[in-house]
Amino acid sequence: MGKGLPVLTVVAAMFALWYAAVPFMNVKETLTGLERAGAVVTPDNPIERRDLSSFGLVFGNSFAIPATYAQDRPRLPAPHQVAQDLWETTVLKNVSSKRSLVYHGWITLSATLLGFAIGTAAGILLAVGIVHNRAMDMSVMPWAIASQTIPILAIAPMIIVVLNSIGIQGLIPKAIISAYLSFFPVVVGMVKGLRAPDAMQLDLLKTYNASQNQGFWKLRLPASMPYLFASLKIGVAAALVGAIVAELPAGGARGLGGRMLTGSYYGQMVQIWSALVLAAALAAALVLLIGIAQRLTLKRMGLS
Amino acid sequence: MAPNANSIVISANALDLTFQTADAPVHALKDVSLDISQGDFVSFIGPSGCGKTTFLRCIAGLETPTGGTLTVNGMTADEARRARAYGYVFQAAGLYPWRTIAGNIKLPLEIMGYSRAEQNDRVARVLDLVELSDFGAKFPWQLSGGMQQRASIARALAFDADILLMDEPFGALDEIVRDHLNEQLLALWARTNKTIAFVTHSIPEAVYLSTKIVVMSPRPGRITDVIESPLPKERPLDIRDSPEFIEIAHRVREGLRAGHEDD
Amino acid sequence: MMLVVLALLIWMSMWVLNVRLATGENANTRTIGLSVPAIFGLTILVVWELLVRGLDVPLVILPAPSHVLATFFSELPTLWLDLQQTFLKGALSGYIIGCGAAFLTAILVDRYDFLKRGLLPVGNFVAALPIVGTAPILVMWFGFDWQSKAAVVVVMVFFPMLVNTVAGLQETTAMQRDLMRTYGAGYWPSLTKLRLPAAMPFIFNGLKISTTLALIGAIVAEFFGSPTMGMGFRISTSVGQLALDMVWAEIVVAALAGSAFYGVVALVEKSVTFWHPSQRK
Repeated sequence: MGKGLPVLTVVAAMFALWYAAVPFMNVKETLTGLERAGAVVTPDNPIERRDLSSFGLVFGNSFAIPATYAQDRPRLPAPHQVAQDLWETTVLKNVSSKRSLVYHGWITLSATLLGFAIGTAAGILLAVGIVHNRAMDMSVMPWAIASQTIPILAIAPMIIVVLNSIGIQGLIPKAIISAYLSFFPVVVGMVKGLRAPDAMQLDLLKTYNASQNQGFWKLRLPASMPYLFASLKIGVAAALVGAIVAELPAGGARGLGGRMLTGSYYGQMVQIWSALVLAAALAAALVLLIGIAQRLTLKRMGLS
Repeated sequence: MAPNANSIVISANALDLTFQTADAPVHALKDVSLDISQGDFVSFIGPSGCGKTTFLRCIAGLETPTGGTLTVNGMTADEARRARAYGYVFQAAGLYPWRTIAGNIKLPLEIMGYSRAEQNDRVARVLDLVELSDFGAKFPWQLSGGMQQRASIARALAFDADILLMDEPFGALDEIVRDHLNEQLLALWARTNKTIAFVTHSIPEAVYLSTKIVVMSPRPGRITDVIESPLPKERPLDIRDSPEFIEIAHRVREGLRAGHEDD
Repeated sequence: MMLVVLALLIWMSMWVLNVRLATGENANTRTIGLSVPAIFGLTILVVWELLVRGLDVPLVILPAPSHVLATFFSELPTLWLDLQQTFLKGALSGYIIGCGAAFLTAILVDRYDFLKRGLLPVGNFVAALPIVGTAPILVMWFGFDWQSKAAVVVVMVFFPMLVNTVAGLQETTAMQRDLMRTYGAGYWPSLTKLRLPAAMPFIFNGLKISTTLALIGAIVAEFFGSPTMGMGFRISTSVGQLALDMVWAEIVVAALAGSAFYGVVALVEKSVTFWHPSQRK
């Protein structure tokens, strides 16, 4: 038995649950709207309705169920509404339009990628330093590990505003937050990887009288690759979260985070869901890409 | 002697077992017939792939034969497993690292629903039997490999099973420790009068311990020789230098070689 | 300028000291192992203080550590209130509900191979998604108070915890399972006596990952709406008022709470999985 059928079943069950939840989540607003349009709903008093459970309302007004799937501002949009909104805001809109999700997605993605590149490069450099310098190792490593238990994301708004006040705006502040978030997982993973060769392998190089440089390029770096890729996956996901959260206080309503924030201001649930789905798709694509790079690299190295 | 001293406890008749693997079916056991009597110490010896461990696992009800009949204490192997008819000792001690030695020995007793007092009694008794009385409160990883294996034997002895199935229990230990444990095992067998089925790939070990040596060979796994040992029940370690011992060892070696002729 | 030069001097002498300590003959002792990072951290604070004073860095860019510390103590009642709101009410309740639900789901999933095959890849996939993005939705559903923060935390910790627990329950060896079969042990004895204890290192891994996620979720969810207290609320409003000393004080609280939370879970782990090779002395 493969994975295909069970995974499809689970996904189908999730969608079924989603569809089943829609009437209960939206029934109150739907009934109010229908009543205003002249339909007879039970009970016909909004105050009485407020005290009733959603279950009672849905079963008492089964005629309204189709309408719950077609609300303009649903509390829970149905999957097809989200899909339709995604279609309209990605494919049908000009990509340079402010209403295009591709435009907002690109803003977030570019900050993510720039930050991820900076964070990864800095992380690898620090890891190399830590492995080769004992003082650096003992000074920095405990802090690098401890910092993983701290909600670093909380400082995102401050970094944005501080950089703003000294005139740095747009891509760079967000990229810095992304870099910061992807930096620590890469440091910790890379240090572990560069230390992966065991004493026997290191002794073998000593018998060849290999230099520290040769040891690094021929043994430590190749041995660290599986660890590096594992932490790159964590790092890229963290970078994306960083970019999204960094867009919250920017106030410019740009990027996927901005879409979520404006959506929550104006009660546009569908807009939030679309941004969320696109963010999820971006995360999945980025992790997948790193997974492919991992497979190709490790295969060339004969490690998998 | 017990009244049923010579009654048969394990009986295999024309046993067959074929594993279905991806490329080709593997004939692990072919036409294996053997009777084991109460109080016997039976060793199974042969090269890897000869089916000795598979046969032991069939007796334990851990594998299901594809043909033939197998009874343990007059029941099917699976019924015997549910009736907790045997204690099983694996190649590795397999003690739970989160339990003390005493806690590990209690494990089967807890599962089988013995009372708390009874559990403590039995733990003390079997710890004494394997000479580990001072180590009940230690954790497995604080003990040497040989001591861990002794604890796992104690675990198999803790409940009232009169059959002990041992799958290369000393295979991972060094020679000196192994000699010592062999001696202890013989003493324990003499004291408890259990029926022991013992898988090994060491000829001296098989000859030194057994009343009956079953020689097996691979492809398909089958019995090629069954040797009744004329050695006395009382066996000091230096019996291994006696002519009788060397003669049986020679016969076992011949049997193993015969099984290899078709290779 | 004097202060800047002093800062550089202190930095260099710290480095020389740490190199001496780290390569000295007692480098492997516990005291040195603790004092080297402590010296490093302290030096950073001192250098930070001196640079901020020496270069006259305005408060709206970077407050000096002494300034942050002063704010920390003078605003202690507010900070405590925020901590209660965000950590005790939002993060902790969500953490308990989310991890508990994930644990029970894992036990259930583990029993049915089909569910395991289906849910595990989905769980792994979801664990990599920016789940914090559900915060605006959940804030709209559950209101501005701590309930919505707890809901965000539940969603955030659920899948990492589920995946770890399911993986842990599969951690037994064939021999350990065979041993259980030789005792004729059924599902429940195998679960409680073998598979759950064996899964503990994995379960605690999930619990530890979740501590950080819980705090992040609770704080970020407050950016989307909250009553007029909470760490996320205070950070975003103080940033708006350019009261960066308060922001930093709040970050100190978050760091303390985060490491304390993690530390407590790690301590419990140590006492439960004392037998695991990684915990043995």
